[in-house]
Amino acid sequence: MNELSLYLLDIMQNSIKAKATLINLDIIKNIDEDKLTIKIVDNGCGMSEEVLSKVLSPFYTTRTTRKVGLGLPLFKELSELCEGSFKIESKVGVGTTLTATFRLNNIDLPPFGNWVDTFYILVINDEDVDIKYTHKVIKNNETKEFVFDTIEIKNILDGMSIKDFSLMQWAKDYIKNGLEEIDAI
Amino acid sequence: MKSLEDLKKIREQAAKKMSIRDEKNGYRVVVGMATCGITAGARPVLNRIVELVAEKDLNNVTVTQVGCIGECALEPIVEVYDPQGNRSTYCLVDPKKAEKIVEQHVIGGKVVEEYLIEKFKK
Ligand SMILES: Nc1ncnc2c1ncn2[C@@H]1O[C@H](COP(=O)(O)OP(=O)(O)OP(=O)(O)O)[C@@H](O)[C@H]1O
Ligand SMILES: [Mg+2]
Repeated sequence: MNELSLYLLDIMQNSIKAKATLINLDIIKNIDEDKLTIKIVDNGCGMSEEVLSKVLSPFYTTRTTRKVGLGLPLFKELSELCEGSFKIESKVGVGTTLTATFRLNNIDLPPFGNWVDTFYILVINDEDVDIKYTHKVIKNNETKEFVFDTIEIKNILDGMSIKDFSLMQWAKDYIKNGLEEIDAI
Repeated sequence: MKSLEDLKKIREQAAKKMSIRDEKNGYRVVVGMATCGITAGARPVLNRIVELVAEKDLNNVTVTQVGCIGECALEPIVEVYDPQGNRSTYCLVDPKKAEKIVEQHVIGGKVVEEYLIEKFKK
């Protein structure tokens, strides 16, 4: 995968598949520390110790259509390749927290790619799942932040789907502008 | 610059338009979005389909994302269910093919034979 966006899409699909109703996505681009942190917290079904100990090997999956699960091992491998770290914690019935870091200036760190379209796809995957997305940029000890919270958006939309054309365009522009303003990607 | 304030206005306008729409005819489009699909290029395919459905105001069409459909080598895979529930499985789909699938099958009701998975499996 040649876009960070695609890794995020893949990893967050796991949370949706795990029947999460709320996913917190935090992305912190810390230029001062040359570090990118991606944290995903979901309140999905979680994993037992036993499952958790296996998920990082590329041969584990609970899916039945194919015998290998690749999402998590790929993401872990990328963080390690980029001089970062990878941690996953999970509790059955509570949810899963995944934290990955990367060195920003590492040559192997793929660009974000088409994050706006990717994030929109995540938002519409299951409109019953709420996503609170916070993107922070830290530079010269100053923090800038962009937040996209589907709970807040849904309150405004009052029952209308964000898949409607004009609302889709608004969402994409809003995210694009917001990220440009803080120089996030 | 887009703001949450704009969203309120856009919502009002969209609501007016919505009330004059017709009912669902029930086409369902399913895109495989597991690691295998994503790696093979499912995101731009899904994106194109979602855009077209919104653009053409096909509010009677549902687009859903699923995990692995089980034919990883032939991803991206798009399945179309017609209102009677007949399934057509398209494989090795790219955004251009996705357009044709929407135009010809989902809007026009005619299966796009040349992209059917049966043509690729031995
Ligand atoms: N957020 C999560 N909550 C609960 N279970 C999870 C979560 N993420 C992963 N898992 C479990 O770990 C397994 C492995 O995940 P991984 O993403 O590596 O593969 P997969 O989703 O099964 O298949 P693939 O990602 O290759 O399409 C999953 O099948 C699932 O059982
Ligand atoms: Mg996965």
